[in-house]
Amino acid sequence: MATLAAAPPYIETHTEPSTTGIWSWLTTVDHKRIGVLYLVSSLFFFVFGGLEAGLLRAQLATPNGRILSAEMYNQLFTMHGTTMIFLAVMPLSAAFFNLLIPLQIGARDVAFPRLNAFSYWVFLLGAIFITFPIFFQIAPDGGWFGYAPLSTKAYSPQINMDFWVLGLQILGISSLAAGFNFITTIINMRAPGMSLMRMPIFTWMSFVVQFLVALAFPVITVALVFLQFDRFFGTNFYTVAKGADPLLWQHLFWVFGHPEVYILILPAFGLVSEVLPTFSRKPLFGYPVMVYSGILIGFLGFGVWAHHMFSVGMGAIADAVFSLTTMLIAVPTGVKIFNWLATMWGGQIRFTVAMKFAIGLVAMFTIGGISGVMHSSPPADLQQTDTYFVVAHFHYVLVGGSMFGLFSGLYYYFPKFSGRMMSEKIGNWHFWLFLLGMNLTFFPMHFSGLLGMPRRIYQYDSGQGLELFNMLSSIGYVIQAIGVLFGAINFVISWRSGARASSNPWGAATLEWTIPSPPPDYNFAVVPTVKSRYPLWNMKGGDTLVHETTWEEEKNIRIPTSQELGIVMPNPSIWPLVTAAGIMCMFSGLLFLEMNTFVGIGIMLTGSVWWIGALYKWLMTPLEDHH
Amino acid sequence: MTATTTPTTDAHADGQGHGGGGHYTTLGLDNRKVAIWTFIGSECMLFASLISTYLIYKGKSPEGPYPSEPWTNPATGQTFPAILNIPVTSFSTFVLLMSSLAMVLALSAVQNKYVPKHSASDRILGSSKLWLWVTCILGITFLGCQAYEFTSFIHEGVSIRTNLFGSSFFTLTGFHGAHVTAGVIWLFTLLAIDYKRGLNPGDSTIVDICALYWHFVDVVWIAIFTLVYLIK
Repeated sequence: MATLAAAPPYIETHTEPSTTGIWSWLTTVDHKRIGVLYLVSSLFFFVFGGLEAGLLRAQLATPNGRILSAEMYNQLFTMHGTTMIFLAVMPLSAAFFNLLIPLQIGARDVAFPRLNAFSYWVFLLGAIFITFPIFFQIAPDGGWFGYAPLSTKAYSPQINMDFWVLGLQILGISSLAAGFNFITTIINMRAPGMSLMRMPIFTWMSFVVQFLVALAFPVITVALVFLQFDRFFGTNFYTVAKGADPLLWQHLFWVFGHPEVYILILPAFGLVSEVLPTFSRKPLFGYPVMVYSGILIGFLGFGVWAHHMFSVGMGAIADAVFSLTTMLIAVPTGVKIFNWLATMWGGQIRFTVAMKFAIGLVAMFTIGGISGVMHSSPPADLQQTDTYFVVAHFHYVLVGGSMFGLFSGLYYYFPKFSGRMMSEKIGNWHFWLFLLGMNLTFFPMHFSGLLGMPRRIYQYDSGQGLELFNMLSSIGYVIQAIGVLFGAINFVISWRSGARASSNPWGAATLEWTIPSPPPDYNFAVVPTVKSRYPLWNMKGGDTLVHETTWEEEKNIRIPTSQELGIVMPNPSIWPLVTAAGIMCMFSGLLFLEMNTFVGIGIMLTGSVWWIGALYKWLMTPLEDHH
Repeated sequence: MTATTTPTTDAHADGQGHGGGGHYTTLGLDNRKVAIWTFIGSECMLFASLISTYLIYKGKSPEGPYPSEPWTNPATGQTFPAILNIPVTSFSTFVLLMSSLAMVLALSAVQNKYVPKHSASDRILGSSKLWLWVTCILGITFLGCQAYEFTSFIHEGVSIRTNLFGSSFFTLTGFHGAHVTAGVIWLFTLLAIDYKRGLNPGDSTIVDICALYWHFVDVVWIAIFTLVYLIK
């Protein structure tokens, strides 16, 4: 049946070359280790963004809350959104791109291993850059969408928004570099026989996402360049008195911002499309339709941006067009929901934590999707815009959708990259508390929103019927936080002392489950030749569809090292990190420009020479030893 | 499930898995070539955003100077000419287009390095150093024209801060100029390699991706020249 070699034999004491010590992490170019770096950093920022939300909910728990000043509230809601989108969900998706894409397509690494390390380091340094000002109460305070003219020097004269503009610019470099890398990897690094329509659906959805990144990020780069130039060099892009269009930012931002929504959700869709078939013991229902609907979502995602702007008065024709495209995009999304249901229908379902989170996504995302369709009608949207109804909507799609999918993926793939199982018992606490807390937090926001409670306002008066809903939301937050705490405990405990995982503990079907857990640095001892969409499942019929492996069967098998197999792997390199640090230095110079022009220019020049020099050093060093 | 006990390397396994010349790839193309195309696709969106902004803001500025018509400042009575200088830019556009031709010849020279040369013209056409130098010099000439253009505009009273036209014009053309500058640095790097150890047909990929980038920057200029300079 199967099309490829089973797990290469290994023993417990197997050692990979120098994978301990800080230096090995700073210089690693191994996609799996970079994935772990992304994973740990993004989970940290997820908790950080969650704590910011906690302060917001504490302030709003009672009318006229006095915990936060208006200024601090602005900084916290700006940083909560920015953190969750750019520092938690996107890099958490990137963690899975790194961990999974080469394994799923049967490759030994990504197309450009050092560029991959560079993406991570730029992300990490940019994340620190945009986060640390909150400790000095000078964090960005203009919303995660940074609407200009509000974010220009005239209305945000302090340094706060400078951190946001430059930080996002830096993070964009990371996403773009990763986008080019993964597009190339998926197009050009597939194992023999891995045709496009045999690719695992997670890889497919990631493929779509990389195109969205490559095409959407340049647009926000330009919007940010304009804002940067306005703030630092006195240009007029957003100066309305000079004839500028106050909607220019909104258009550019949402041309990026709406594809960004799909950048956040499609990886989660991909993950649950892996989890649901495995735990239903059935192939994904309607695989080609799932692929096409993913592509269609990505395509239509570029044509719906102005539904974020119905309230600005674009006119009947624009409103009608964007309303229709928005309703249209619900079709491929709905197709996905029904295909997931049909996948589970009649399957032998096993309710693992990963499966529960995946089913949770199907249910919770549907709620968020339906309120999304409500927004697509401009008259309804005019009532809902800028109220908590919208907050409820996008938290159902981002928490109930993205985070549920990513948690599902975390529980599902944890054994693969750590070599240990996560605790199902603690995981159940994590799931049920998170589900309960999430609904208790965000469902009442539909009501407070329809009652007219505006977003981004730090206090509300009593006697408007808002007290109960806000109190429920705040209680819900606490339950969610406890759920996440269980998840964090589970993560740490399982990483240290979880039960040992075999190569295929779930009886899954795709290539990543043919190799040991954790995989050796070279991934595949023999590059597989792929003959079907589910290489590990017996799709021809017969008694056993699934071959599950256990740790007992595998623990005495020895994994050979790459040297023994004669596989040449890329050498570690510090230059991606040094280059990233130089880029950081160059951008930081702009912050000093106003204090002292020469100091600012000096820092920028130093940074430029630094990163260009490091880049040359990097390019002149061969990736691997000659063979 | 068949359990193999002794993994062996086969033709595909050998070297599969990292970017760089000579390895197995799905398309048979070098990874770097696929990557440069994705990069160019992304750059299209960058320039599309910059060009759109210029066009959206065209004619929106309440105060001059303007690109194609003279303007008198009502407060001071000072008169400004139409800013854009079509003859100079036509020349620089021609120079940039010719640099693409030189780039094509440079790539061809590298690819055909070992093809026997029988005449003086064969040897001239087959000199990668010569055509890389020509490409560089034409690129620098273009940048020189741009520097002249920018300084004369500032003398005529429009800077990046003056009005919407100044902001959107200088940012758009400045971004393009920065791309040409990066391309010239890239070309000089290739020249340095050529002088150090000689570029041979095995290096065609690194010349090819530079050429693709260079042609892209040229094509963008054609769009900018048409939309910004030629359309009144």
